[in-house]
Formats: sequence, C-alpha cells, structure tokens
Amino acid sequence: MENIYLDHAAWLPVDTRVLKFAEGFLKNGVGNASALYSFGLAGKKVIEEAREKVAKLINAESENCIVFTSGATESNNLAIKGTALRNIKKGKKLKASSIEHISVLNPMKELQKNGYEFNTISVDSTGILNLDELERSLTKETVVTSVMYANNEIGTIEPIREISEIVHKKGGYLHVDATAAAGRIPIDVQNDRIDLLTLSSNDIYGPQGTGALYIKKGVKLQSVLPGGGQERGLRSGTENLFGIAGMGEAARIAKNEIAQESERLGKIRDKLIIEILRIDESFLTGHPTQRLPHHASFRFSRIEGESILLNMDMYNIQVSTGSACSSKTLEPSHVLLAIGLKHEEAHGSMVLTLGHSNSIEQIPKITKAVKETVERLRGLSPL
Amino acid sequence: MKRVYLDNAATTLCDKRVVDAMIPFYTDKYAVASSQFSHSPGIESKEALDKARETIANKIGAKLEEVIFTSGATESNNMAIKGVAQANRTKGNHIITSSVEHRSVREAIESLEKEGFRVTKLPVSNEGFISVDDLKESIRKETILVSIQYANQETGTIQDIASIGSVCNEKSVIFHTDAALSFGRLPIDVKKEHIDLLSITAHLIHGPKGVGVLYIRDGIEIVKCMYGGFNEFNKRAGTENIPGIVGFAKAVELIGPEEIKYIKKLKKRLYDGITKRLDAVQLNGTQKESLPTILNLTFRFVEGESVILHLDMKGIAVITGSACFSRSLEPSYVLKAMGLSHEEAHGSIRFSFSRFNTEEEIDYTIDAVYDVVKKLREISPITPNK
Repeated sequence: MENIYLDHAAWLPVDTRVLKFAEGFLKNGVGNASALYSFGLAGKKVIEEAREKVAKLINAESENCIVFTSGATESNNLAIKGTALRNIKKGKKLKASSIEHISVLNPMKELQKNGYEFNTISVDSTGILNLDELERSLTKETVVTSVMYANNEIGTIEPIREISEIVHKKGGYLHVDATAAAGRIPIDVQNDRIDLLTLSSNDIYGPQGTGALYIKKGVKLQSVLPGGGQERGLRSGTENLFGIAGMGEAARIAKNEIAQESERLGKIRDKLIIEILRIDESFLTGHPTQRLPHHASFRFSRIEGESILLNMDMYNIQVSTGSACSSKTLEPSHVLLAIGLKHEEAHGSMVLTLGHSNSIEQIPKITKAVKETVERLRGLSPL
Repeated sequence: MKRVYLDNAATTLCDKRVVDAMIPFYTDKYAVASSQFSHSPGIESKEALDKARETIANKIGAKLEEVIFTSGATESNNMAIKGVAQANRTKGNHIITSSVEHRSVREAIESLEKEGFRVTKLPVSNEGFISVDDLKESIRKETILVSIQYANQETGTIQDIASIGSVCNEKSVIFHTDAALSFGRLPIDVKKEHIDLLSITAHLIHGPKGVGVLYIRDGIEIVKCMYGGFNEFNKRAGTENIPGIVGFAKAVELIGPEEIKYIKKLKKRLYDGITKRLDAVQLNGTQKESLPTILNLTFRFVEGESVILHLDMKGIAVITGSACFSRSLEPSYVLKAMGLSHEEAHGSIRFSFSRFNTEEEIDYTIDAVYDVVKKLREISPITPNK
C-alpha cells in the first residue's frame, strides 16, 4: 500500500538536494571551524555562506544578524531570556499570544521566577490575535512581546505587520516564532520590522538539530550558553558544520521555490478541505483564508484525535492530532482551547500538513480514509 | 598536497559507518519520538532513540533515564553547572572547580559568580593535577557543587576522578565532570567513580557534531536550562535530534579496545621521533596519567603561531593552546596555570590523534616539525648559540 505522509509539521525528510550539498561536511567535514589552520578556515567559509543564504530567505539586512543554534526551542529560549535579561532596565513585562508554542510560553513563565510579569493576549475563534487587547495591555515596561508568524496546529497566519507597529509604538521588542511559516510563505523581517525571528532547519527541509535566530542590528542579548564564544559569543559550542551548511542550502532552495510550491500545495489543501468538510459534524479549525498553504486542520465531534491518528495509520496515512511536542500529555491542546473550543471538542482534532511528497492524485485516498475512519469511530463511540 | 589532521581533540572525522546509520533518519525514517500516541513510523523512531540511549548508558554504567541528550558538551556543561546551582541555591552558594577547565565550564561558573555564587578555583601542579587534599580542605558547609574535568583538553592530563568522586561522596557534595575528551578513550564508570553528572559529546569520537549527553544521576535535582516541551524526561526541551542521536550511539559501538592501543603507539612514535631529533623540547603535562589522544609540546625559542602556519603549509593541522583559544593571541590559561612562562606557553603545540591517523603520517609530521622548528630557530632572535 502506498504510504501517504501528512505530518509535515512534525518532521520533514531532508531534501535530497540539501543532503547532496551538505553530506560532504558530515563525511569529510573535519576541522574546527574556529581554528586558524586552513581546514578550519574552509569550515568558517561554509558557515558564512550559510548565514548569507538564511539571511536572504527572510530578507535580513545583513548576514551578521543570523545566529545558528541547535533548533527552534533553543532559538526561542535565547530570544526571550537573552533579550529580557539583557534589557532588564527597560522593564520586566513580557507578553505572548495565547497560542504560542510551549518553547515560547515556558521560558516566559520561567522568567516570572526572576520577577518578570507575564501575560498572554487572547486570539479570536479563527486564531487571529486580538489587536485591541494587545494595544491596551502593552506598557513602556513591556520588554519582549512574542507572536508567532503562523500557528503550527491551526495554520492561522498572524497580521505581523500590524502587530509590529503596535509593539513598536510602545518601544518594546517583537519576537516572532516563524518555525511553521518559514519556507511556506514569504517573510520579510525588514518590511515587517521584526526584532527577533526564530527559524528551524528541519521545517524548511534541512537537517534536524539546527536552527537560527535572526537578531535585528542593534538589539542586544545576553548569551544563555557561554563557553568558547562561537556565534558572536551568543551561542558557544563547536559549530555543527553539516547542520549549518544544510540549513543554508535548504533556505536557498526554499527562497527559490516558495511561490511555486505554495501554489501547488494550496490547491491540494483547498480540495482536501472541501472534501473533508462534507463529513457530518466536521469543522475547519483556524482561519478560512489567512492560513498556511500546506495546512488543513479539522475537528470532528464525538471522536478522539488519538484514535483518528491510529486508524489513519492502518491506511498507511500519517496524520497528527495537534502539536507533536504536546501530544505527550493527555491535556487538550492549549491552542484549540484558546480559540474557544470545549475540552471534548478539542480532543477530536486532526491536522494534515502537506509537503514535497504529496500530490493531487492522493486526494481521493485521503478523503476516503478520513470518511471511513470517522464513521467507524463514531460507530464505536459511547457519545 | 598531503593532509595530516592532528587536531582530533578539537573535532574528529565522522566515521562513514556512522554517517550510513544516520542518513535514513534524515531522508525516509520519520524522526519524531515525543508523541505518546503515534503512527508506526513515529514508534520506530522512538525505538531508535531508546536503543541509542541504552548503548550510551551501558558504556558509562548508567541507567536509561539518567542519560539526557543535548546539543553537545557546551550545553551539557552549562546545564549541569547552572542547573545544579539553581536547584540547590537554598542549600549553599559555594562551587569548587579547577583552574584548567574548558571554557564552557569556566564561563558557566563565571556567570554564576556574577549572580552571587562563591567560587574556589583549585590550582594545578606543573603536570596539571589538582590536589585531592586541597579539594578536601576547600569543601565547606555551603559547598553545593564540585566541577572538575576528567582530563584536560590541552595537555591530556587525567585527574584522579575516583578519589575526587569519593571525597565528594563522603562530604555529600554534587560532583560534575566534563569528560568530553575522555569518553571512549578511557573506561568510565559513573557509579564506581561516584560521578553525579558527566558531560560527553559525539563529535570527539567520530560521531556527528551537534549531539551530546549529560548523565544526571537519579535523584540529583536540576533546574532546566531550556524550556519548552517535555522531552528527555522533562529535563531538556526541544525535538530530539534523532539522526544525530543514532549517529552518536553508532560511534560508541565502533570504539574498540585495539583502537586505544593503536593511538597510544602513534603518540609515542611522534614524541620519540621529535625528541630524538630536536633539543629544547618540553612535554607539557605528564607521561603516565595522560590521554592517549593528546600530546602537548613546547618548542623553546619559537612562536607557536608561526609553527602552526608553517605546518599548515605542509598540510598538517595542529593548534597552539585550545582550539577555542586560537582566536585570541593570549597564551593559554591552562599552561599558565601549570606554571609555564609566557614564552613557554606561546611556543606550545598540541598534537591530537585518532584511529584515522597512520604511522606514515606521524613520520611525515616528525620530518615537518623538525624542518619548521629548525628554520624558525635559525631566524629567532632569542635562540642561544646560533
């Protein structure tokens, strides 16, 4: 049976072109990129080229604004803790949307122990940030506000340009987690006036274990990982040459192909949404139009997301029931609760995220499997 | 041009067999292991993670849940030191370390010093050893953590870890050791040696860069350094780097007993070859209790930087001081702590070996070092009796 992979928000296969480009640095990539001898200098060149490619993907003003990390979680931690601790004189207030990833929410919660005040800003039923509430809640002491570019569970794209204006009016810094959005829709940090932006390598078809943080020129951070002083002293540790080179190449490819690929996947997504919403008591979660082109998310009343996932697996189709990181707990997704769903409604969610391997021909198989799964589960359900 | 890589204490070549084990997890094996409820590829990935954890746990005598995957030794060291200090803040504010630690330990401790922790930096002998008696005397009621490396990154000097562990155990002080360079080179048993926290990394044993482990003994309290998901027994957030972790375990499986014997032979061959042909060469560190992978020599009357650049022209990669140190022209703090003069430290070269070096490469290096040092001494104004 053909395997249909629809969990591209959790894991992406590394693009074969990326692997071909970077594999040499895994196999032969000997030499410490910080050393003086010539193998070391060659490594340094690879890193600087990758920095430039990543900068271009988000239209950063300079490649020097990019710092490589071990992934999005570390980037989010560095952005929030690093900026808050370094700019403590500015104030001790932190804001985030209520649908942020836990690697944004938890560092902010943690800073409360250091005397910071932290509040979330609500979103409407489609997941769009409540801009009036944001404006009302910001004060001059708000040092970091974090709003994601787009949400990984419901696909909603936030109005970052407007959010940025509001945040900057009060003089605070805006951090944007672009893990789900980068490589899917164009991002322009200069046009959006973003101060800090998180990127994940694997989410743009690069190797796992690498991420980046864009830091606007002039924004000062405290290092959270001191040591050998790599990455401008902000992130010590022997550079992961393969991961960095791979992420750079993935960024270059994404930049070139973003328009074409998002149009292709957008068509599949639209068709899937139409077909799946034909099922009784099925609902789209997230925004109907302001959503990521590869993202379709639903909820079905009277069934459990986990059973959907396991049943779909029998058709060799991999779907998700929310964020890969939070599905370890049995708690319903905080994102679905934030858009106003009740506990039992939030439990019946299914997220489909498309990628390179998906094609328009797969639609009938997918919709058939979803329909049969939902019918079967409802037949068993005591509800 | 011939290329001889003798900077294996900075990083090593990733073994081809390691790469082969990793690639499927990049390309076609779904590699997210966090989901409790997962589709079949997710479960496969979780199994790969568990198996890798077991391999590493067995190698150091730890339990599965005591092995936490990180992004490398720098993160492991930061997490161990800051995590323990923050978690035990109410018990005391005193930390003991040595004066020759890797920069990631040194700077993590300095960052705590700024927050009000008191730090005792134990001196080392001219061979690089701390004194266990000094350690005993330095431990006081407020001491919550001792962080002393297993072996030194510049000279290879191996500390008496079992004795240090016993002292800490008797006095109920938490003991962390940075074993980045010792892991896979020396037998390590965390239980026998009373080690509470141990930092190791993959890229120094022919594994990939960007993966490390922190061993945390069951019952040791630690504050998280990175917040987010519940990954790694809720001790380290972030999606697991499954290909990297699989590569780390493969690298561990590939370490054999013959390898160490072979590397020891290479080290002896280089030392004997150089000292036979050149005078005024001094060994930095010690003969006996030293890592087989590291040889640090000072060539009197010459500058280490010049030696490096000339050897580089002959295709040989070595460093002066620690790799992370070559960015600045300051002499190495490790060598200074061992009592070397400014000149002696500046003339130091670290050669570090791996299983991929050959005897022929060593002989080539001996000839090259001889030529370079001889030439530089001829033009040096401080060489006596020219």
